[in-house]
Amino acid sequence: MSVLAQGLAQPNGGMSLLAIFFAAAVTDNILLTRFLGMCSFLSISSQMKASVGLGLAVAFVTACTGAINAAIYWYVLAPLEAMGVPASSMQLILFIIVIAGFVQLLEMVIERVSLGLYFALGIFLPLVTVNCAILGAALFMINKGLRVADGFVYSLGCGLGWMLAIVLMAGVRWRLRTAKVPPALEGPGITLIICGTMALAFMGLSGLIK
Amino acid sequence: MAVMQTRITPSRALANQLWDENPIFRQVLGICSTLAVTNLMFNTLLMCVGLIWATAMSSLTVSVLRARIPQRIRMMTEVLIISVYVIVVDIAMRVWFPEVHKDIAAYVGLIITNCIVMGRLEAFALRNRPWPSFCDGLGSGLGYSWMLMAIATVREAMGFGTVFGRPLPAAEAWWHQWTIMVVPPGAFFVLAVATWVARGYAMRFQAAPAGGKEGEE
Repeated sequence: MSVLAQGLAQPNGGMSLLAIFFAAAVTDNILLTRFLGMCSFLSISSQMKASVGLGLAVAFVTACTGAINAAIYWYVLAPLEAMGVPASSMQLILFIIVIAGFVQLLEMVIERVSLGLYFALGIFLPLVTVNCAILGAALFMINKGLRVADGFVYSLGCGLGWMLAIVLMAGVRWRLRTAKVPPALEGPGITLIICGTMALAFMGLSGLIK
Repeated sequence: MAVMQTRITPSRALANQLWDENPIFRQVLGICSTLAVTNLMFNTLLMCVGLIWATAMSSLTVSVLRARIPQRIRMMTEVLIISVYVIVVDIAMRVWFPEVHKDIAAYVGLIITNCIVMGRLEAFALRNRPWPSFCDGLGSGLGYSWMLMAIATVREAMGFGTVFGRPLPAAEAWWHQWTIMVVPPGAFFVLAVATWVARGYAMRFQAAPAGGKEGEE
């Protein structure tokens, strides 16, 4: 057990919030180790400004819907399941409704409150709905048995980790403009190779946890 | 391509998706959920069957209902239609393959947000008759699956020395494990090489098709 992990460990034996956050954001990065949110990642990471905007939107939506979904699971679905109702099949549909509904609501609120922000976010909000990282974070959170507070921290970590990856990639791709890439490898091909290299680097940090 | 889409024949719709508009190396869509399980061929096969079922059936359903889906909430409607079929996959897998289901349950659920399903609904099924839409969905599922099975074959053979869980002939004599093929970065590298080979082949031997639309701007 490393020194850092000892420092992070809670007396009650569970993982501390900081450890959950760090694992979700870096060593278990949802984009680089689980390939979630690749579609918007591959197309948007060619522009730096857009990457930051989309990254923020994803982080915010993931964190909020993560907490809502954890509450739904632990206070509604789990008790129903315990009573013998096969509620776990409803999990997928409920989660996706929460996410789509939350994004729709957020769009309406932003439109009322700040038109500037509304136009700045533009196309990103609808893109967030179909970003699998958000549903993925919710499903993995339930798999890990995280409760509401832990789930919120985990989701926040996932969202910020996704943002970290896309912003890093946008930076690399900016430098790539002056590089000579084989024509058949341009665009997605070379981006995937960089992803692989980045994933290796992130994996190298996994010794910090456990 | 866009001009032809309104009058495309069912068989053409299917064939297009296998190579000319292959979801993986042409459109680079929907890599998300399925790539994660490509280190074992059997898991990949199950995921691919689930995905083919979901794309084909939801394309058919959306196409049948296309005149009745309100424009403003069509994304929501599509997501709900897809999730119905994915839940069927989830339940079927839990019954028939409980061992595998334990490992990949979360990824099965993620077929709902797989961009390729939604992409075909938006680009094709909303504007075409049911039978061509079904073929288009089936084709995109198959086009996606053959690429993924190829990737899974490479990863399992190099990472574990097996094909569908059976050891390669005389593996102990010459085979050496590539750990990188088992861990996630391996998937990125194999996919990149697959894209490279397929696009390079298309560039050299076919009269310059449209090429990649995504990600190259």
